[in-house]
Amino acid sequence: MKLIFEKSKPGRRAAVVPKPDLPVPEIPEGLRRRRPPRLPELAEPEIVRHFTALADRTFGIDTGFYPLGSCTMKHNPRVNERVVALPGFRDLHPLQEEDASQGALELMWRLQEILAEVCGLAAVSLQPAAGSQGELTGLMLMRAYFADRGEAEQRTTVITADTAHGTNPASVTMAGYQLQKVETDERGNLDLDDLRAKVDENTAGLMLTNPSTLGLFDEHIEEVATIFHDAGALLYYDGANLNAVCGISRPGDMGFDIVHINLHKTFSQPHGGGGPGGGPIVVRDVLEPFLPVPAVVRDGDRFRLDYDRPKSIGKVRAYCGPFGVFVRSYAFIRAYGPALREMSEAAVLNANYMLARLKEAYELPFDRVCMHEFVLSARGLKREHGITALDVAKRLMDYRFHPPTIYFPLIVPEALMIEPTETEAKETLDAFCDAMLEIARDAAANPQLLKDAPHHRPVRRLDEVKAAKRAVVRYRFDDHPDLAGQPSAGEALEAQKGA
Amino acid sequence: MPRPANLPYLSLTEADRDAMLATIGVSSIEELFRDIPEGVRFRGELDLEPALPEAELVAHLEELASRNVPTSRELSFLGAGIYDHYVPAIVDAILARGEFLTAYTPYQPEMSQGVLQAIFEYQTVICELTGMDVSNASGYDGTTVAADACFVARHVTGRSKVVLCETLNPQVRQVVKTYAPGFGLDVIEVPHHEGTTDPDDLRQAADGAACVIFQQPNFFGCLEPAPELAAAANEAEALPVAHVDPVSLGLLEAPGNYGCALAIGEGQGAGNYQSYGGPHYGFIAMRSDYVRRMPGRIVGETTDLAGQRGYVLTLQTREQHIRREKATSNITTNQTLLALAGLVHLSWLGPQGLRELGATCTALAEYAKQRISLPQLFADKTTFKEFGIRAGRPAEDVIRAARERGVHPGYALKRDYGGMEDALLVCVTEKKTPADVERLADVLAEVAA
Amino acid sequence: MAADESYPGDLKYHREHDWARIDGETATLGVTWYAQDALGEIVHFEPPAEGDSVAKDESYGEVESVKAVSDLISPLSGEVLEVNREVVDAPERINDDPYGDGWLVKIRLSDPGEVGDLLDVDAYRQLLEEL
Repeated sequence: MKLIFEKSKPGRRAAVVPKPDLPVPEIPEGLRRRRPPRLPELAEPEIVRHFTALADRTFGIDTGFYPLGSCTMKHNPRVNERVVALPGFRDLHPLQEEDASQGALELMWRLQEILAEVCGLAAVSLQPAAGSQGELTGLMLMRAYFADRGEAEQRTTVITADTAHGTNPASVTMAGYQLQKVETDERGNLDLDDLRAKVDENTAGLMLTNPSTLGLFDEHIEEVATIFHDAGALLYYDGANLNAVCGISRPGDMGFDIVHINLHKTFSQPHGGGGPGGGPIVVRDVLEPFLPVPAVVRDGDRFRLDYDRPKSIGKVRAYCGPFGVFVRSYAFIRAYGPALREMSEAAVLNANYMLARLKEAYELPFDRVCMHEFVLSARGLKREHGITALDVAKRLMDYRFHPPTIYFPLIVPEALMIEPTETEAKETLDAFCDAMLEIARDAAANPQLLKDAPHHRPVRRLDEVKAAKRAVVRYRFDDHPDLAGQPSAGEALEAQKGA
Repeated sequence: MPRPANLPYLSLTEADRDAMLATIGVSSIEELFRDIPEGVRFRGELDLEPALPEAELVAHLEELASRNVPTSRELSFLGAGIYDHYVPAIVDAILARGEFLTAYTPYQPEMSQGVLQAIFEYQTVICELTGMDVSNASGYDGTTVAADACFVARHVTGRSKVVLCETLNPQVRQVVKTYAPGFGLDVIEVPHHEGTTDPDDLRQAADGAACVIFQQPNFFGCLEPAPELAAAANEAEALPVAHVDPVSLGLLEAPGNYGCALAIGEGQGAGNYQSYGGPHYGFIAMRSDYVRRMPGRIVGETTDLAGQRGYVLTLQTREQHIRREKATSNITTNQTLLALAGLVHLSWLGPQGLRELGATCTALAEYAKQRISLPQLFADKTTFKEFGIRAGRPAEDVIRAARERGVHPGYALKRDYGGMEDALLVCVTEKKTPADVERLADVLAEVAA
Repeated sequence: MAADESYPGDLKYHREHDWARIDGETATLGVTWYAQDALGEIVHFEPPAEGDSVAKDESYGEVESVKAVSDLISPLSGEVLEVNREVVDAPERINDDPYGDGWLVKIRLSDPGEVGDLLDVDAYRQLLEEL
């Protein structure tokens, strides 16, 4: 398919810009643009067709089942899109006076109250732009808390699980901490002996996802919390998997002191091809003074922004955070009310049902009931038929399913991480399981069919080695290289040797 | 079989549940939670307000929205980083496509060629606007991309000092300062002289610095001597970073054409509604020398098995999911949907439209400067779409009095700068008419001292 | 084309799958056939600067495939005399010829006595069998 630049023709245009009858001041010579940017030049009909064609070549939740583990691809209610577009929200300037933003401030305050209740903790900042920024903010809070206690120099390490998302160790480094990794035991819990050996007076805290990225609830979470709290350290809850436990178990009750919530997972934000997200931070009362400014507070029946927080870490993002995300998540939660628990129950039921149907055909590294997601391994197929998790994923596309997450978590070889979410119908789960079972049979009967998959997508498997080596990351107009004329890397296509 | 009341987004019936529990081999959903220790089970009901049916939900949110005063309900001249530019209908229409709205990060390229190509086109547009070689798929907003730029500069130069011009948006400076301790950065600020930065001051401050960030047009709306600022930074071997307004880049020179190493900015003005400050997108583009330090996603071109052109996420070894604690950034989320809005808007404008948009804003702002009878803050400086005025009485009083007359006259600069008790930052976009400008001038004449 | 598996007898080996070819007070360093095979096609070589000092058992650079990054561990201590620029430009040379055109850096040894700590080819092959 052509790029939009390849469809351009000089002189075509869509926009008609208002031109008041006023003189246009000259831009001083040295600051004036000499050559215009080569933006696309098309009339509106062709722009609409171009982006419609791109939409046709994109698979979303609206298109079909999308069991991408760890990403919680649940339905995005359309009413949320309606309310976020209300002019009172959409056209509100972030620096509008407080008396003219009362509805927005109240909405944020209400969402804060809800998130505090769901987490079983005291105080909330909605400001972080995404889960990853929420993590970093949480670690900054840790740092500020220990600095306030005169322990900043002493507490230099943060512990993460070997099953952690890559963001956890990356955030630890960005926050200026040293990383220590703790191993997983044979039941998929944190290895308590390893943990006891690593936690000491230099430990600032733990970052943990619970249920873990294996989809398993840590059975020793109370002991884990005691180990850290006895050492004077804090516990950080990565809320990536909160969808499993709303109304069932609260991070605050588990002993966590800091939580970030991925609003785009648990509380249904359209994922938008990779964003926007929202990463509110929820904390125990002793950490409240350190939260980002401004805080949204209630004084009687008025709401205001409080900048007078002398111990605050500062701002992590402009204004009050991604407000449109808050409107959608607030609307989502208000459609459930206290029945959020049933949302999590359905997510866990769906996952266990699929697990039950698939665990004979694929290896199950930890044979327990799962929470909202589970991890299978294709290592048996690889050993016996040379079929990898990647081949299984690519073949699923021919059944019009989005593949699950593959090769994560890193501790499971040939991992297939499946998260159905609560919104799917049993028929959909059955159709996916039927496809997975057929693929397992075809791995033996017709492995080449899998190796050549997908067969019915707009493109075949893509040469990632060529992409990385040539690094063609923008269109170059007349100088654009022709990659099709260059040799492919052959068998090294999308080489998956593990990380 | 009846479904639970008020749960419109769940698909399982009672019969489904029973069949599924039987397949699993348990008798109740409760049994699926047996691994959660009793001590951490939540046994009550969440203390949340009752569920609302859709119609009531909409009514509730409409009531909340009605207690805000958006720019569609008052004649507003607020800017200061977030702008009331016109968002064309085509943007709403394309963003409403469920495929774009509900897809995830394109990890499986065969499923996501459309969104990958859109990101590739976005990267191209950002490179064209800024004169840079490489752009990522977008950052969170115009503040966090500045922190990202500092992180890049620290790694490229091995230096820890970063220099911020005081004329850089205060929100941006605050975010960089929040990130600084974790990154091991020392932040210093260069004061302005009558609304712009003196290149000699900057040259001194840049000595031993990793980077220098200046804004063009700056927070006061004034045009900085940007090429001289970039030269001053380059002389000190600090990376010059320009924080730019995409809407200005039809008229103003691209940072890559006057020696900058990186160009960053807030994308909101191109394609996004104000939305009380977000979600929007930040952009970050740089010379190809630094591409391995780029945070976030990058899409690259390649071919498939059959030799057809296609797109994939590339150079992923920079990223957290592979490099983990050694990653160039912890970013996973980008702002693809908002960046797509930017791509659509900029495609709608085209090069000519972008230039005209800038010209219209400048013309209206210049007209406002002439019509407003109050002293200008930095009268001898060239401005783009914003400028400062002195109202002669406390800014909050002027704002209150003007708003009573249906006009929001602009942002009170005292919130960020000393000695500016009576100063307002006035922003004029293409959505205003000469008559709107005249109304502002009349109201200010009435309410100012 | 990827090379066939081999481990030359004239090299010294480090347990992290790096090799050294000793020549008096200098050494040429690279990665073994096993290392390049485990990574897959190498798409990037991040070299040290000439003049940098490198320490035995510590990282002096990185090589990357599409999905993995690997630290280059120096078998010996010394100062970087030369970086193989041809590998920087065409990192697949490491796959094609890991002991020849795919060499990475030349160093001047600061402690030639360290050579005694390295594995000979038989010991390295033994190590590979135990993996």
